[in-house]
Amino acid sequence: MEFSELIKTATVESVLLSCAGQPAVKGTLCITSHHLLLSSCPGGDGQPSAVELWLLIRNVDAVEKRLVLSHRPVPPSVPSSMGVIPRCHPGTAEPPLPPLPRGPRQWALTSSSPPCPRVQNVGWYQPPRSSGSPRDNRLAGSSGTITLRCKDLKVLQLEIPGMEECLNIASSIEALSSVDSVMMMYPFFHRPQSLRLEEGWPLLPVEQYFQQLALQTTQWRLSDVNRDFAVCPTYPPAVIVPAAVSEETLRRAARFRQGGRFPVLSYYHSRNGTVMLRSGQPLTGPNRKRCAEDEMLLGSVLDDGERGFIIDTRSAQAAKQARMTGGGTEPKSSYPQWKRLHRPLERGRPLQESFIKLVEACNDASLGMDRWLGRLESCRWLSHVKAALSTACLAAQCLDREESSVLVHGAEGTDTTLLVTALAQLILEPGCRTLKGFQGLLEREWIQAGHPFHLRCAHSAYSHARLKQEAPLFLLFLDCVWQLSRQFPFSLEFSEGLLLTLFDNAYASDYGTFLCNNEKERCLCKVKESTHSLWAWLDQPEERKKYLNPLYSPNPLVIWPSVEPQSIQLWQGLFFRWIRSSQYLDEAWAEIWRLVEGSNTAVKESTESRLSRSLSDPTAPTENER
Amino acid sequence: MLVHLFTIQVLHSQISSIEKQATTATGCPLLIRCKNFQVIQLVIPQERDCHDVYISLIRLARPVKYEELYCFSFNPKLDKEEREKGWKLVNLSEEYNRMGIPNSYWQISDVNREYGVCDSYPTEVYVPKSATAHIIVGSSKFRSRRRFPALSYYCKDNNASICRSSQPLSGFSARCLEDEQMLQAIRKANPGSDFIYVVDTRPKLNAMANRAAGKGYENEDNYSNIKFQFIGIENIHVMRNSLQKMLEVCEMKSPSMSDFLWGLENSGWLKHIKAIMDAGIFIAKAVAEEGVSVLVHCSDGWDRTAQVCSVASLLLDPHYRTMKGFMVLIEKDWVSFGHKFNHRYGNLDGDPKEISPVIDQFIECVWQLMEQFPCAFEFNERFLIHIQHHIYSCQFGNFLCNSQKERRELKIQERTYSLWAHLWKNRADYLNPLYRPDHRQIWGTLHPQMAPCNFLYKFWSGMYNRFEKGLHPRQSVTDYLMAVKEETQQLEEELAVLGERLANLQKLQLNGNKVKSKQQDRSKELALSASSNSLANTPQEYSNDLKSFPSRSPSQGDEEDSALILTQDNLKSSDPDLSANSDQESGVEDLSCRSPSAGGCLPSEDSGKDSDEAVCLAV
Repeated sequence: MEFSELIKTATVESVLLSCAGQPAVKGTLCITSHHLLLSSCPGGDGQPSAVELWLLIRNVDAVEKRLVLSHRPVPPSVPSSMGVIPRCHPGTAEPPLPPLPRGPRQWALTSSSPPCPRVQNVGWYQPPRSSGSPRDNRLAGSSGTITLRCKDLKVLQLEIPGMEECLNIASSIEALSSVDSVMMMYPFFHRPQSLRLEEGWPLLPVEQYFQQLALQTTQWRLSDVNRDFAVCPTYPPAVIVPAAVSEETLRRAARFRQGGRFPVLSYYHSRNGTVMLRSGQPLTGPNRKRCAEDEMLLGSVLDDGERGFIIDTRSAQAAKQARMTGGGTEPKSSYPQWKRLHRPLERGRPLQESFIKLVEACNDASLGMDRWLGRLESCRWLSHVKAALSTACLAAQCLDREESSVLVHGAEGTDTTLLVTALAQLILEPGCRTLKGFQGLLEREWIQAGHPFHLRCAHSAYSHARLKQEAPLFLLFLDCVWQLSRQFPFSLEFSEGLLLTLFDNAYASDYGTFLCNNEKERCLCKVKESTHSLWAWLDQPEERKKYLNPLYSPNPLVIWPSVEPQSIQLWQGLFFRWIRSSQYLDEAWAEIWRLVEGSNTAVKESTESRLSRSLSDPTAPTENER
Repeated sequence: MLVHLFTIQVLHSQISSIEKQATTATGCPLLIRCKNFQVIQLVIPQERDCHDVYISLIRLARPVKYEELYCFSFNPKLDKEEREKGWKLVNLSEEYNRMGIPNSYWQISDVNREYGVCDSYPTEVYVPKSATAHIIVGSSKFRSRRRFPALSYYCKDNNASICRSSQPLSGFSARCLEDEQMLQAIRKANPGSDFIYVVDTRPKLNAMANRAAGKGYENEDNYSNIKFQFIGIENIHVMRNSLQKMLEVCEMKSPSMSDFLWGLENSGWLKHIKAIMDAGIFIAKAVAEEGVSVLVHCSDGWDRTAQVCSVASLLLDPHYRTMKGFMVLIEKDWVSFGHKFNHRYGNLDGDPKEISPVIDQFIECVWQLMEQFPCAFEFNERFLIHIQHHIYSCQFGNFLCNSQKERRELKIQERTYSLWAHLWKNRADYLNPLYRPDHRQIWGTLHPQMAPCNFLYKFWSGMYNRFEKGLHPRQSVTDYLMAVKEETQQLEEELAVLGERLANLQKLQLNGNKVKSKQQDRSKELALSASSNSLANTPQEYSNDLKSFPSRSPSQGDEEDSALILTQDNLKSSDPDLSANSDQESGVEDLSCRSPSAGGCLPSEDSGKDSDEAVCLAV
């Protein structure tokens, strides 16, 4: 496939770009294989044109077209229901982009609709102006508006003169944004000058974690039973398992777990030596099958008389029902030392729908205060946040307070399971709360652990495409981390900015970090050899600073969050990022930086410079003389 | 087992309701709800004792005479001169001077000296120059409780003003020439504009219903050059019920997210807050952007009118966003214009239907603005919470009675102390570290975002759940930044001193080793101040299933063995402890154990996991 086949029109002049809260700009629109560019028209005095938009086409979630067959190049002024937003942008000359309702499909052609024939029905016809375009009299002066709804929740509007151009641009964007082949994606072409390719790819994060652990205990070993992904396609080549368990036992136990995800160590709680394991569901099936090796594997984690907890992220009912399809859960009789706790967490389609509804509600300008909270409630998103945090706290409490080991699984063990294990570690382990530690946690517990990013993050909240495997579990995780950062403003080294960047990159990225569904696929696609790592980019000093929390001071304690509804808030920085201006909050943030940096460096620097000056030159004027 | 002693202090005036609950095996529980949203459960072993406590508290919580109130016995050990100085801290005629008044359009009128025209107005009233005494008196007769239009805020940049009054007695057709002239006079005092807005802050239906009682609202046909506008804010009864419903939501035992959001929505509280804000924004916009004067009224012009005028002033004028300015604002729009503090906040035993959280709503509006404009206010959240506390505490004389007249008769200024002086003395505690006079966010008019902005109004857990131990965040960013700021300042001062010394030393050919060592200490100090903020923290009840195991989490242990000590109001303490919402109440070791100075030791019932029942206030 050639990208050029997908691009029907590569450039269009005089395109008007508008975006909520920003002044509209006119310029030349240009489509390349991965980007949409808009460069503003150069001024009369031959100034170089400025690039106003540089949008990764992969970031486009939905394309909506609206054609206006009119003698006026610009459609009638849009209802300015958001007229207050640009107050902080005094330069705004154009009315801001109105939030277009998603519902009414009768006038919006969506990406799933065939592009052309219905056009006449959605536009309205007015006689062409006499001085129409010489090219095509019938379409003289008509124009079209393309609304691009992005995966990062941004909404852009392009007014394109000429109906044909508009249709071509729209279908090109649609085609390019739905290219599904991983190796055609932009990370394989992105070559930033400041980075080297191999930089920043974490070298064996599981192995590194094991090295730390081996200093404290000999009960665990690194197994390469999965070295060619033969035992479990979604596990990394190396996993941490009980030292006493042989490779053969692991192989057999893997056959008894969904997707071959046999129980492996996720976290070692150094304070008391308890561990958190994760796996897929056991394949007990309707006949209540057992597996001696699996029982042995779990048994070897606990000493005689010790008890452990199994946290099943499904309801007891759902776990039971899973038996009908070959799954199930650990029966008490076969695993006598383990106590099962069911904590149903939403995933899959209901979670995606919750996300879609929330974004819809946030964009609904017509909601009054009296209906907003009810609408927020009906989205259920905050309930999911509360449930995820509570379950992670439960796991952490089992480890830290009950001093018992924990096994976490749901069905596949790649979604809610990882949500719980990653959050629990953040709560328990101060090392995970640094920027570096958090990157390591994401690598181990999300990327290497086989969260299917490619499937889950294929579409975001705006897509009209039929839902397949999409579910915002990673976003839910980031939201929970944000809640922690709000409840413990000093305890995380990174700021909200990092969480937003991670969200953006999980859905559409210049980097290879979140590509594919698991390590096996990444190896096949040679992701590490052919793309840059997001971590390398973030670790550059000037980037890094953007993601730091100025208030951070290492907190060696467990951070037990409050899961009371009063403590759980909507993450405005994400859900309202493109809707309201955050100018005043950004200023406050800058002020915090100023205060903290002022205290850290300004005094020190000025002391040093004054001292060195006055020491080296005794005649220099001192502070008081000046 | 650890035994923790908690000391609780509750001012009698803070008690909102006392409820005797069914006797249990451990004793007789007494539920005390406070006006500052604290809820306390006492379990008293003997039923008879419990009844005695109940009867005494009921009597003490409902004084019938002003003289019984705390402020008449409260003595912060200040001499007479200091007391007088304290009362002079906020001076309203200075404030009107600051606005630029008197000037060629506005003057001070002595028509209300001896409260002859309106007994709920102050003696000094500012009116348009062209409004003669005849007009004022005539207008006052046409207004509820004779509350005639008077100046609340004047914008000297464009002459636009905010005036306030009560509703006109227009009924269905009545007119009053003097009242019409009065409104004309207000318009003429703003030569830049050819009309004024008349804003009725009631819902239209309520205003129309008032017409049947001979009251009502201005008819645009009778008044030339007015634009009439309804901005529906509900009445005190709706607000009282709304708060009640919201507090029920706060008191729910482990509510689900849905319970909470639905409860909050059904209470309507945030909708009411938004209505008040919207009215304030409308007026601020009229004054600042259109340059049009506004007359605001509701029914009597002392509740909604006070809320709306003060919100608008706060948006318009950065001075009111300073600590001193905010005190002036409350003094001007609330105290001097006869907001009925005694009735609304139930200081004396009275009609429960008169009680309503009117100023609480204003204080919340300020907090909502602080959340949107974090750098724009000189003061912090604690300042608001302490003011709210003292409106109910009756520890200072400022908010006693229903009008200036009553306060003068009681000789409040000679017999009690001023809250403003007390707050001013401790102003370091109330500073917002992000406020910087040269920051552009503080200049000019604030423009809160309008639609879609529903999400901007948030539940204020710092106020309504401030005694809730389990909630986060408890670490205060404000305090940390204040400490950082202070330390930087201190170091800079030290640096200056050392620099001076260095210069002297250099003359003696010595070097400045000392300076360097000092500088290295600094990073250590900062780390310390931050780590004192990172608190020990115990998990909440995330699961009931764990109880099947014999082991016990420390949090369970604490509560089962805790004893609750009730001390009588410690009248010596000048500042009721409000630090419960600060960061110090979390870890167990932070709870200071104070030996009981008075009162008996009352073992609490196994208060279970309901931390909102047995709320402990660290001292």
